[in-house]
Parts: sequence; structure tokens; C-alpha cells
Amino acid sequence: MSTENQWSSDEIMTVTASRALVGDAACFVGIGLPSTAANLARRTHAPDLWLIYESGTLGAKPETLPLSIGDGILAETADTVVPVPEVFNYWLQPGRIDVGFLGAAQLDRFGNINTTVIGDYADPKVRLPGAGGAPEIAANCREVMVIVRQSRRTFVEKVDFVTSVGFGNGAGDRERLGLRGAGPTRVITDLGVLEPDPETRELTLVTVHPGIDVDDVRAATGWELAVSPDLTTTTPPSDEELAVLRVLTGK
Amino acid sequence: MIVALDEGIRELVHDGDTVALEGFTHLIPVAAGHEIIRQRRRDLTLVRMTPDIVYDQLIGAGCAAKLVFSWGGNPGVGSLHRFRDAIQNNWPRPLEIEEHSHAGMANRYVAGASGIPFAVLRGYVGTDLVGQTANIKPITCPFTGESLTAVPALNPDVAIVHAQRADRAGNVQMWGITGVQKEVVLAARRALVTVEEVVDELEPVPGATILPHRVISAVAVAPNGAAPSYAHGYYARDNQAYQAWDPIGRDRDSFTAWLDSEVLGSAGENAKGTS
Repeated sequence: MSTENQWSSDEIMTVTASRALVGDAACFVGIGLPSTAANLARRTHAPDLWLIYESGTLGAKPETLPLSIGDGILAETADTVVPVPEVFNYWLQPGRIDVGFLGAAQLDRFGNINTTVIGDYADPKVRLPGAGGAPEIAANCREVMVIVRQSRRTFVEKVDFVTSVGFGNGAGDRERLGLRGAGPTRVITDLGVLEPDPETRELTLVTVHPGIDVDDVRAATGWELAVSPDLTTTTPPSDEELAVLRVLTGK
Repeated sequence: MIVALDEGIRELVHDGDTVALEGFTHLIPVAAGHEIIRQRRRDLTLVRMTPDIVYDQLIGAGCAAKLVFSWGGNPGVGSLHRFRDAIQNNWPRPLEIEEHSHAGMANRYVAGASGIPFAVLRGYVGTDLVGQTANIKPITCPFTGESLTAVPALNPDVAIVHAQRADRAGNVQMWGITGVQKEVVLAARRALVTVEEVVDELEPVPGATILPHRVISAVAVAPNGAAPSYAHGYYARDNQAYQAWDPIGRDRDSFTAWLDSEVLGSAGENAKGTS
């Protein structure tokens, strides 16, 4: 491995997430890691991705990473800018978005997400920003991907607050609730990739990043982690992916 | 119609009012928020989809009794620490909250602007927000029998928004990311618009005048009045100011010192604007 081709855990996570976005998918992205990964994908293998930010910018093509979902560069480069009620009512709710790309403060084995509070709602240990667009993104996009750094603090047996529904308590719950999208199809972390088991819907480790052992992932997971019998190792970031990412993030 | 900012706030915003200063990252009425702090309004119910640093400042200054919102953070930076301190430690006073999703809040404004009692959406189902927020209820579609969600109309006493420019009659042009500004003005009982400039005649671009004078109570000139957010075509978002807010907002003493110097002190007095 050349010196140039070494990467940080955040970098391999972001590169892996970017590879999950393909073709001309309409992609509803949050700020931070999802936005970085989506813009990396657009600059490498998926130039036709259609990026939507909840501020109302549809088809944004920012030249630099926005700090917030409403940065001017998103409006200037978008195919169109629509009012916020339109984003949710005309675009998200009818199922026009292929991929919702979310972060999480806590995540459980069924991909339910908490971005509201740590601890009791009425007397929280930590008050987080809250729901924003996430509950309806998680409900209505054709599929959802989650990008989050993995630790026992984040990957918990049960989330303190269900801000956005993954698979609820397991198989059949989304259908019972009437949620129309497929739910979280992939969770990408700094250690590997998890996907829901087709039968039980429990998140299962399917890929580990180079240099990571399954035991490392277990140690960073707050429940008894299911591991796929077909476990693979992530293809390392290419020089080109790393170079483009580093220009984007300025690192 | 055209008033000084301090006069506009004095006449339109009263203690105990429900006040919505809207702006979705762009065109945030920061100067108006600071004037509310200077006039020491109390017991306000503050409404906004994305309470950001100006709401952190209003909460820290003790203006708010309640916050109705869907995402409270410093966009791209992290948490709002005055908001956190109020919820976790009741400082400087307890803050009641009513919490929604963006889709829910946007639809509450749409219902308010439409003059109907509630809005209906596919939303919230399966989330814990349903159990925490009384203003989220299941509803059965009378045509299909489907189970959906209803949220009540939101009709603030006062809406405050910032825009690029207005004419002397109070017709307002606004462009770029327009968020829920049109909806909140149409939903509110009174509306104050702060603008970068008042012009004798607006360039007649059909469709560009988002808010006609008939729905606005007053217009106040507040140059740079959205900073550190931005006014498209006038100035850019000051991302560094958002990052610089984090350490100031983290600590009660540094916040109080900032408030005294930048809003209540001479710097604030000079920023009031003119008519």
C-alpha cells in the first residue's frame, strides 16, 4: 500500500457510502456525512445523481460542500428551488425520491433512529436537535441508507426515542404501520456495512473495512451482533476517490 | 407601512404573543430578533421550523416561555447550547416545547394560511413524537378509510420574515430559498417584513413579488438584517459566524457578555436601522 493510499476511518466510511449511490437516483441528503458522500459520488462514478436538500433545492450541484442545507451555493446550482411545503408534500410524500440518506445519534438492531433526546424525553440527559425531515424521509423514500460512526454509545439495544422508524420491532412492522418505502437497506459505518436480514430484518454485518476484525465491530455494538456467513471485506478507497474526497473536505 | 425596526417591533410584538420568525437557513430575520431582545419581550411562544442561533439568543435572553419547532440546531455546526440549557436546566427560565417534524410544521402553516382547522399528511406513524406532542392525531380518510395523520393549523399572532426588497407601498420581492415564509405570513394575524432596501419601483418581473402589500402590516428597512445568514444577491452566509457561535453559546457567562456587548450595548443600539 502506497503512502498516498492510506485513509482514515471517516474516509473509508464516506467512500463506501458514496459507492452505494448509483445512476441517476433522486437522493434526499442530510448535511454532514450524507452530503459529503453524495457529492463524492456525483464527482466520481455517479455524475447524474439528483441531490435534494430539504431547503427546497432540487438537483443541486454544489462546487464546494455546503455547511448547511440552505447554503446559497445549493440554490444557485439547483435545477429548481421550491418552497419547503412542496419538498415534503409534492416530492417526498408521493414517493418520488429513490434514496433517503440519514445520519443518527442512536440506532438499534432494527434500524430505528433517534435524533431527539438521550435519556428521558421530559428530563433528557442530552437534548439533540430533533426530527427535522427525517421521520418522513425514513417513511417515504423507496429506500433509506444510514451513515454513522459505530460505537456502543450509538449502536444501542433500544433507542431512547424513535425519531424515525426503521423496521420497528422487526419483520412486518413497516407494513403494519403503512410505511411505504422499503426502510433502511444499508447502514454504513467506519467499521463496515450492515444490511437487514431478509427474514428477520435485523441488521447484519455483511462487510468489514480492511484492517477491522469482526470482534472490533462486536465491541462497538450494543447488542449481540448478527454476522453474515458471506462476510466480505470492503474494497479499499482508490487513489482517485481519496483525492476527490480530500479536495471536497479540504483535508 | 414603512416603519423603523424598533417601532415595528413595539407595535406588532407584545408580551405573551405567539411569534414566528421564519427563514429556512436563508433570509433569517436576525435584526428583528435582536430588537425583540432589546425591547425585553417576555413569555413569547416562539415558533419556527428550524430555530437556529437567533432563537438560541432569544431563549438565552429569557424572551421565550415555549418553543414550537421541528429541528433546533446550529446548522452544519452542532447543537444550540442556550436551547439545551433551557430544556435540561431551566436556565434562564423553564422552556416548554412542542415538537414536530418538518413535514408536520410545514403542513401546520399551510393549513393556517388556507383558513382550515387542520392539515393531513402521511407522517409521524410509528415515531415517539406521536406520544409526546398532543397536536399530532391519527385521522381516518373519509373516502378510502386509510389511516393518516392530522396536525392543527398554526396561526401565529405575528409573523416576521426578512426579504431582499420592497417598494414604498410594501410589496415585497424575495428570491432564492423561500422556505415557509409565504405560508407563515399568510397564516399570521400580523406580519412584519424586514428588507435589505426599499426602492421607489420594483423591477417588474412577473412572479417575483412573493408577498403583496395587502398581507403585510409593516415593512422595516434592516440592511444586513439577515446576517450571519444571507440575502441572496446581497451578501453570502457567514459560515464562520455560525462556527464562532458554538463556544459563545456553550457557556452562560460568555453568552451574557456577548448579549450585553452585541445586542443590548452600543453595538446593538447602532444596529437598530432606520425607516
